[in-house]
Amino acid sequence: MIELFAKTIFAENLLLSLFLGMCTFLAVSTRVATAAGLGVAIIAVQAITVPINHLIFTYFLKKGAWGWAGLGDIDLGYLKLVCFIGVIAAIVQILEMLLDRFVPHLHRALGIFLPLITVNCAILGGSLFMVERRYDFADSVVYGVGTGTGWALAIVTMAAIRERLRYSDVPEGLRGLGIAFIVTGLMSLGFTGFGGTSLQ
Amino acid sequence: MGKLNPVYWWRLLLGLPNDGLTKTLAVALLVALASAIVVSTASVHLRPMQEENRERERQARIVALVSAAIGDAGPLIARVVELRTGRYSPDIDPVTFDQRAAAGDPARSIAIPPEADIAGLGRRANHARVFLREVNGKIDLIVLPVYGQGYQSILYGYLALRGDFNTVAALSFYEQGDTPGMGARITEAAWQANWRDRKIADDGGSPKIAVARGKAEGPYEVDGISGATRTGQGVTNLLRYWLGNHGFGPLLDRLRKEGS
Amino acid sequence: MPGPYTKTLMDPLIENNPVTLQILGICSALAVTTSLLTALVMSAALTSVLVVSNGAISLIRNHIPSAIRLIVQITIIASLVIVADEILKAYAFETSKRLSVFVGLIITNCIVLARAESFAMRNPPVPSLLDGLGNGLGYSLILIALGSVRELLGAGTLLAVAVLPTIRQGGWFEPLALMLNPASAFFMLGFLVWIIRTVRRHQVEEPEFRPRTTGSKAG
Repeated sequence: MIELFAKTIFAENLLLSLFLGMCTFLAVSTRVATAAGLGVAIIAVQAITVPINHLIFTYFLKKGAWGWAGLGDIDLGYLKLVCFIGVIAAIVQILEMLLDRFVPHLHRALGIFLPLITVNCAILGGSLFMVERRYDFADSVVYGVGTGTGWALAIVTMAAIRERLRYSDVPEGLRGLGIAFIVTGLMSLGFTGFGGTSLQ
Repeated sequence: MGKLNPVYWWRLLLGLPNDGLTKTLAVALLVALASAIVVSTASVHLRPMQEENRERERQARIVALVSAAIGDAGPLIARVVELRTGRYSPDIDPVTFDQRAAAGDPARSIAIPPEADIAGLGRRANHARVFLREVNGKIDLIVLPVYGQGYQSILYGYLALRGDFNTVAALSFYEQGDTPGMGARITEAAWQANWRDRKIADDGGSPKIAVARGKAEGPYEVDGISGATRTGQGVTNLLRYWLGNHGFGPLLDRLRKEGS
Repeated sequence: MPGPYTKTLMDPLIENNPVTLQILGICSALAVTTSLLTALVMSAALTSVLVVSNGAISLIRNHIPSAIRLIVQITIIASLVIVADEILKAYAFETSKRLSVFVGLIITNCIVLARAESFAMRNPPVPSLLDGLGNGLGYSLILIALGSVRELLGAGTLLAVAVLPTIRQGGWFEPLALMLNPASAFFMLGFLVWIIRTVRRHQVEEPEFRPRTTGSKAG
């Protein structure tokens, strides 16, 4: 399990190796403080939704899930997209209400990006990969926390780099979006280096 | 008659203020219903075609695998094997047997103890479907379904062994989700051809077959794919699992004894 | 034949391209462009979903209560994506396996939701359909460009047909393995943005920080 955790943070980083969550990433990674806040929110959402989605898939949706009722042939797998998104939307809504009540300054700082977590590819992607790789419940929890942490790590690192880039002399055409892509590419290349490692 | 007119009610509904409770509930219900109908219709309608695709692909893989190795496939007999004992189970129909479904069903599968689970499967079905080719009453080719954890997905393939049950005739992967251009290259014919005539185990019996990290050394190894070390490791692990005591080991031992 | 909706259709191709200017839909633009075929199929899937979702949402735009607006949009989009996924699994089985979860991720593709929210909710169905088509085509343009270059330089093939004879096949071309690596997609997208903004100067972003000039230069 430790290996799965390390793998999801480094070798298989949702953002730098699988490109999930790019839009929010590019928009929010300009300040380290906001990026860190968003990163923590993502870890929380991911750590909760992946295990819940695992339970829903195992007991309601996958082929044979209704075996206990004598309906073992029913395969509702195709509904997983809708169900997962529903769960994610609900969890994000709850998180937003909790933040508003208990940590209002973070809620204000994140602004529109908090509800946008609902449509962050990384969150839905995490659940979908969990299904594709057939993780069990314990692995789902580790996967949720791991992928969230990996994404948070990438966005905070990126914000730190972009804060420095503000003072650099970037060619006009590359300014802003262009240089963000190139830097992300370099980070991604760096993280690929982790691909050959394994914890034994 | 006026009040029973559905068009009247529909217009009334549309006229309600958007943020009222009734309208909110009505819209939510209607959208949910419409979506459910659309999705279910599409899914049910398309399912037979999808199943057919899957089955056709499965058949094509086996035929291609065997033809690539031997030339002429000849008639292949399907048999369901009980993995623990290595004996055939004549009461299970090989045509409808679905190993993946069985692996998920607690009544027809077992949990693999972690130290034995080198292929990262979690559970293993009690039975498997294998394909045999018999010439003059002796088995000269056996095709085994093998699968296991690759780099980021589960790799599914077929392993064909010759009549000595120790030499590989061919190995073919038909389903995987590893990195395109790297791990996914295990589906390429060029790499798969490397497996021909590789040996599985030495006289001691434990499986030695492996994907090397670079160039292959010895009769048990195959060249690795650069950039796909983890996938290659996954292939090694799944082959060793299924050829070991927890997989088809008992079956192969029995067939070797009967053949001699 | 310039008509009232030509601008709606043509704008998103270069002027207001969803990927390079609006910064939407990047995730899949990077992941599925290792080969031209997957890029094409993904483009077709996204464009279809975008057109139909824009149309459907536009049809009911005047009756969606604000409390459930987002959920209604997402439900409609999700249903369309499921249908697209099922169709792919039935008619293009091989490619759907290579695309794996990315077709499902069209639900969260920023382009679909953004166009629904900013255009379909405020415009009648016909322009909404065209807006969906335009943005879909703009997205497809980028994907096809990336996919062609990455497959050509990464494997010497286009649509799995050998174009540049590789050394393994007895030719002269040494495939660039970097092209099959995720990082290359980022680089290529960066260069593409650079090219577009050099040609269309008004797309260049304002610098965040201007150093103060301190009077005459020394020397």
